[in-house]
Amino acid sequence: MTKQSIRTPLGQVRGLGSAKHGAGHFITQRVSAIALLFLVPWFMIMLIGAVRGGYDGALAYIADPVNAVLIILAVGAALYHMRLGMQVVVEDYIAKNSTKVVLLILNTFICVTLFAAAAYAVLKIAIA
Amino acid sequence: MSSWTDKRPMSPHVSIWKWHMTMASSILHRITGCAIYVGAFLIVAWLFAAAAGPDMYEPMAGLIGSIWGQLVLFGFTLAMRYHLLNGVRHLFMDSGKGFNPKFASFTAGLVLVLAVILSVAIWMLAGLVPGVDPLNMTTVAGAAQ
Repeated sequence: MTKQSIRTPLGQVRGLGSAKHGAGHFITQRVSAIALLFLVPWFMIMLIGAVRGGYDGALAYIADPVNAVLIILAVGAALYHMRLGMQVVVEDYIAKNSTKVVLLILNTFICVTLFAAAAYAVLKIAIA
Repeated sequence: MSSWTDKRPMSPHVSIWKWHMTMASSILHRITGCAIYVGAFLIVAWLFAAAAGPDMYEPMAGLIGSIWGQLVLFGFTLAMRYHLLNGVRHLFMDSGKGFNPKFASFTAGLVLVLAVILSVAIWMLAGLVPGVDPLNMTTVAGAAQ
């Protein structure tokens, strides 16, 4: 680092800043956003095609290996991004600490459960 | 105001403000984000219904095909387009550019207009608008919903 900084050497090494948890949330939110930039338009096109063919058409679409992997990636990235986004909304608007903690935990549980359900559904169709 | 007992002067214009395009855009980004959160339940429910078999899938497809289902689906499309396009705007602004008030208002409005145009275009191309089906989507599938 050639640039002069007012932060202590220890603070710089830790890289956690005044928020105590660094820029991790900011960065992961944006990295998942970039992934979704590609995955979501593809997912919508896939969905329109899948819904068109009725039940058998939908199964054939989901069972396609490339589609199956991309659906899991799209849903996974979306739920990850969603969890981070809802976390900020809760932290911003809920002042009462107990309510906030409960909602943050609930948010995590919901996103993880939805991912498990989606991954199970796709794998069941793709592998069966 | 009656319960205010502090004699010291307070900022006189806290209640006087007007909507700005950038402000609306920021709030709309949050609202659409929360709406998509709810919509994600539907996407997962659809995938799960497909895995559970035709007994679960057919009622689901019927629900999506109904007028209320289509309304929710279009709202979801619109929210998704807006959040995606405004997300690109946010990523651009993360680079430190585009903060000039005039330009920021312009891009905020542009995103809103593009989101509506894109959503309508997607629905037309997908054959979801009655009587409009440029890609022959409905005939390829054999049966309309």
